[in-house]
Amino acid sequence: MSELPGDLKYTKEHEWLRQEEDGSVTIGITDHAQSALGDLVYVELPEVGQDVESGGEMAVVESVKAASDVYAPISGAVLAINEVLSDDPEKLNADPYGDGWIVRVQPADGASDTMDPDAYQAFLDDLDE
Amino acid sequence: MPFIPHTEDEVEAMLGTIGATSIDDLFDEIPRDLLIKDLDGVPDALSEMEISRLMRGRASEDRGALCFIGAGAYEHHIPTAVWDIATRGEFYSAYTPYQAEASQGTLQVIYEYQSMITSLTGLDVSNASLYDGASGLAEASLMAVRANRKSKSKRILLASGVNRTYQKVAQTIAGSQGLTFDRLPLDIATGSSDLSGLDSQDEAPVAVVIQQPSFFGTFEQVDALTDWAHENGALVIAIINPTSLAVLEAPGNWGSNGADIACGEGQPLGVPLSSGGPYFGIMACKEKIVRQMPGRLVGRTTDLDGKPGYTLTLQAREQHIRRSKATSNICTNQGLMVTAATIYMSLLGAEGLSRVALASQEQTNKLANLLSEIDGVEKVFSAVHFHEVALRLDRPVGPVLAALAEQNVLGGYDLSGEYPELGNAFLICATETKTEEDLQTYARQLAEVLRTTADATT
Repeated sequence: MSELPGDLKYTKEHEWLRQEEDGSVTIGITDHAQSALGDLVYVELPEVGQDVESGGEMAVVESVKAASDVYAPISGAVLAINEVLSDDPEKLNADPYGDGWIVRVQPADGASDTMDPDAYQAFLDDLDE
Repeated sequence: MPFIPHTEDEVEAMLGTIGATSIDDLFDEIPRDLLIKDLDGVPDALSEMEISRLMRGRASEDRGALCFIGAGAYEHHIPTAVWDIATRGEFYSAYTPYQAEASQGTLQVIYEYQSMITSLTGLDVSNASLYDGASGLAEASLMAVRANRKSKSKRILLASGVNRTYQKVAQTIAGSQGLTFDRLPLDIATGSSDLSGLDSQDEAPVAVVIQQPSFFGTFEQVDALTDWAHENGALVIAIINPTSLAVLEAPGNWGSNGADIACGEGQPLGVPLSSGGPYFGIMACKEKIVRQMPGRLVGRTTDLDGKPGYTLTLQAREQHIRRSKATSNICTNQGLMVTAATIYMSLLGAEGLSRVALASQEQTNKLANLLSEIDGVEKVFSAVHFHEVALRLDRPVGPVLAALAEQNVLGGYDLSGEYPELGNAFLICATETKTEEDLQTYARQLAEVLRTTADATT
C-alpha cells in the first residue's frame, strides 16, 4: 500500500479531497479503492455545471468485475471533470491521487465528514482486521 | 404430474432447519393485501391429457385462412431449413449462455446476429435481442433519458406513424419512471407527420421516435426530423422493420448524424405468426452510448492461444452486477428466436432479403390498386406505400372484415377505433407469400361482401 498524501482529506467511502487555493475542491478515489476495484474500464463523469449533493451519486467507476457509484463527499457545483478518464480510465489505477482525479467542485456551505491521513490509515487498518 | 422432487418430509425438515412453519412464511414480506387467492376467469388446472385434447380441438378450428393483416407482424415464407437447424439439440434453448467455456457455438450465433443487425441498421452495436418490438421502444426511451443527461426533459416525442400499441406498452413500462409520450399530428393528406408545428413546442423533448416505414406504410421525412431533433438537443430513436432495411436507408444514415438508437420487431426474420409471440425485439445504437444499452451483448475476443473466442461483455451494465442501478431489468434475450433469425438472414443473404422486401411492396400495392377499383373502396393517403396501405370503405369496417373472415379471408387491420379521424379505414398487407390468384380471391370476396351488405341495408 502506497503512502497516503499528507495534504489530502479522506472519507469512509474511500474518496480523497484536496483544498485548492481558489477555494475549489478536487476529488478522487483512494489508492485502496482503485486497488479493490481492479482494472478500470470506464468512468462515467457528471456534467460540468451540475450540482452535486453530499452523499449523492456523483460518478460511476466500472471495472472488469464491478461497477460502483462514487458519492459526493461535499455539496457544490461541478467546475471541471477529468475528461481524460473517459478515454483512458486506467489513469485512475495508475495515479489515483494525481492524473486520476475525477472532479473539481465549488463547495456550497455545509460541513463535510472527512479524515486526515492518519485517521484514514487507522480506518483502513481496522478494515483489514 | 408434479415436477418437484422433494417429499413432504423433506420439505418439513428444511422448513424446520430454518425455523419456518410453512412455505408461505418465506413470502411474508409481501403485504397481505397484494396477494391474490383466486384468479377470476381462469379455469382450474387440467391434466396433460385434457389439455392436449382441448388444444387439438382449438387447432382444428384454424382453416388455413388467407392472411392480409400486417400492422407490425408479417407472414413471410420461412425456409424449412430455418427451424430444422434452430431446433437441433445444440441450439434448442431460449436461454442466455453464461458459461463462455461451454457455449461457444451459441455465443457465436448471437455475435453473428449482432453483426447482421448492425449492418442492417447502420449503427455500431446491437444487443442480443429484447422481448419484442413494443418493449423495445420502452427500453429505447428509458435508454435515451439515461444517455441524454444534458436534456432536462423526460418527454418523448413520437412521429404520428408510431404503432399505437408500442406507445401503450412504452407508457405502461416507462410511465412510472416519469416518462411522457406525445405525438406529432398526422397530415391526413400524406399519411406522414405534420412537421409545421415542430418549432412552436414549449420544451424540446429528450428524444424523438420515428417509425420508418410508418404504421400506415407511408414514409416519414426522416432526414428533416433527425436533424431537427439533434439541433434541439434530443436523441433520435428509429423504429424499424428489419425486412425493409434491405432496401431503405439505414437509420444510422438518417440526417446529418444518423439516428442514435434503433429498435423494432424481429418477427419478420424467420419467426412464424403465432398469436402474438414469442417474437423478439431488435435494438442497436451508436457506440458512444453503449453503456446505457440494456440487455445481453456478445463480444469477440482472443484467447491465450491467440484463437478467436466469444463471450458476454460489458456486463457491468446489467442487473446481476449493478443491481438497482442496472440499465434495465432485462437480463436475458430471445435466444431461440434470434437463432432462427440468424439462420434466416444467412440463408436469404442481402439479395434474398431485398427480394422479399420488394416483392412484399409490389404485392401490397397491387392489392391496394385492385381493391380500390371496387365501388365504395378508396385509398386513404396519396403517398408511396411500403408493406401496408390504408384503405377507406363507405361503411363501417368491422362487419365487412367479419364477413370476409367467414370466407377465410383475413382482410386487414381495422383502424377506425384508434384513428377515428381517418373514417372507416383499415390497413391491408400482402407479402411475397400471396399469389396473383390470392389477390384476385380477396378482391372478388370483398366485392361480393360489399354487394351483399349493401343489399341488406337497402
